Amino acid sequence: MGMTMTQKILAAHAGLDKVEAGQLIMADLDLVLGNDVTTPVAIKEFNKIGADGVFDKNKVAIVPDHFTPNKDIKSAQQCRLIREFAHHKEIANYFEIGRMGIEHALIPEQGLAVPGDVIIGADSHTCTYGALGAFSTGVGSTDMAAGMALGKCWFKVPEAIRFNLTGKLQPWVSGKDVILHIIGKIGVDGALYQSMEFGGEGLASLSMDDRFTIANMAIEAGAKNGIFEVDQQTLDYVKEHSTKEYKVYSADEDAVYTRVIDVNLSEIKLTVAFPHQPDNTRTIDQAGDIAIDQVVIGSCTNGRIEDLRAAARVLKGRKVHPRVRTIIFPATQKIYLQAMKEGLLEIFIEAGAAVSTPTCGPCLGGHMGILAKGERAVATTNRNFVGRMGHPESEVYLASPAVAAASAVTGRISSPEEVVL
Amino acid sequence: MIKGKVIKYGNNVDTDVIIPARYLNTSDPAELARHCMEDLDPTFVGRVNAGDVMVAGRNFGCGSSREHAPIALKASGISCIIAETFARIFYRNAINIGLPILECPLAAQEISEGDEVSVDVNTGIITNHTTGKVYQGEPFPEFMQQIIKSEGLINYVRERMGQK
Repeated sequence: MGMTMTQKILAAHAGLDKVEAGQLIMADLDLVLGNDVTTPVAIKEFNKIGADGVFDKNKVAIVPDHFTPNKDIKSAQQCRLIREFAHHKEIANYFEIGRMGIEHALIPEQGLAVPGDVIIGADSHTCTYGALGAFSTGVGSTDMAAGMALGKCWFKVPEAIRFNLTGKLQPWVSGKDVILHIIGKIGVDGALYQSMEFGGEGLASLSMDDRFTIANMAIEAGAKNGIFEVDQQTLDYVKEHSTKEYKVYSADEDAVYTRVIDVNLSEIKLTVAFPHQPDNTRTIDQAGDIAIDQVVIGSCTNGRIEDLRAAARVLKGRKVHPRVRTIIFPATQKIYLQAMKEGLLEIFIEAGAAVSTPTCGPCLGGHMGILAKGERAVATTNRNFVGRMGHPESEVYLASPAVAAASAVTGRISSPEEVVL
Repeated sequence: MIKGKVIKYGNNVDTDVIIPARYLNTSDPAELARHCMEDLDPTFVGRVNAGDVMVAGRNFGCGSSREHAPIALKASGISCIIAETFARIFYRNAINIGLPILECPLAAQEISEGDEVSVDVNTGIITNHTTGKVYQGEPFPEFMQQIIKSEGLINYVRERMGQK
């Protein structure tokens, strides 16, 4: 019986020739990650262990991105705690404000995630690096603490669902529509405890940014991780961003999957997830007339350069609807600079949108765009739970950057085809 | 043996409603407990008693990896959670901080709000004293029992490092 991609990576990191679904293993970690919300709890637990230092100063990354730039005194205290810990433990990959980014855009950009890695992060969207053919998964703060001390983490070897991609995306359709379509199909617990493994001939037509978006939201189907087959595009990305050693794993021919789902990319339409679950999806033609108050373009899901380019294609020479606030968050400083060089920021500001420094901010209802009672937002973020972006009676509609930008112009949920003629 | 009164919720109770992110600028358990379940059930904090058992449907604890969610539930007095299924990060976090949780679809469906139940986490046996029904929940694998026996992952790690 063969192994899936994830199983092969886990076996290699546990020093085993073979693992089976359900087996409990202790695996070596290539990177342990935390942010300003989860790391303070991890530090408290780390100090209880009594270890002198972290297992490897180059294999821990701490990114203050959630409530930063510090939104209030308590957040400032939390950031001070993690900053002092990072300095005291001489953690090489601590990224200060002005040099940081949203962690899941920043880590691949910094070359800290490469194919074949095993990565844990005290943030649920750590599954993003599966786009690079790594096993990466979200954990809690205590796991982060143990990981920092030991360089190891326990895992239950997951089963997997295989997604065979065919065809090619239609104009305006993006990775966000693909993952919303899939979550709508299998449900928010459709991949519970399992891997989502993506591959097939359709893979070649998905850009790296599309793949990051898709892997990022694997957790929204309950998955342990999302993982993509490695192709030339992946290797080109790695070559451009990293000097780390990597290893390409592929699933065995006779790997066992709980389900095999065929996804024809050509058939996927622009998709929106209605409140209050990411699986409550409708294609744009079924969205109806939904007036909105705010648009958020950014986050670890959709704050990369291609996302900003898509938004700019829609907003260029147009104006944000007078009743709508539009806030755009390039996900890292590097992306911000690139957007500036390409003239995208000028397009956004001319259109009447606000452009912010990188932060998770409004995605989790932290700051920089909180919703009042009864308000509605179209957001390129990843969750639309009750109260996610503010008041418990506000609403979040999840969509791609192109749909979000089009909605900003019309003031209601709209297709870019309606705006860009 | 855990024994308590049941507080019951439905499917997909997410970590954002267990503890909204606007309160994550602290990690103090008592402060987190004051806002536990606030966006789903504002009456929870006022009516929960130490030892109460939470019962819910599928995918309990989905969403964010915030360990503040099980910390808030534990600090509010919840002694155990029984659900049809748990989201995996929540599952890890609960075990790691020593909050007992059990998967048992039948018990999760049949037990009602206000019932008196007892739970033996070693055997996975759940008894509903109000109806008299007994259920066999999924017991923990031995590895996780060791973590629970060590009263959480940190003590388990300390033991491994030979520092205890």
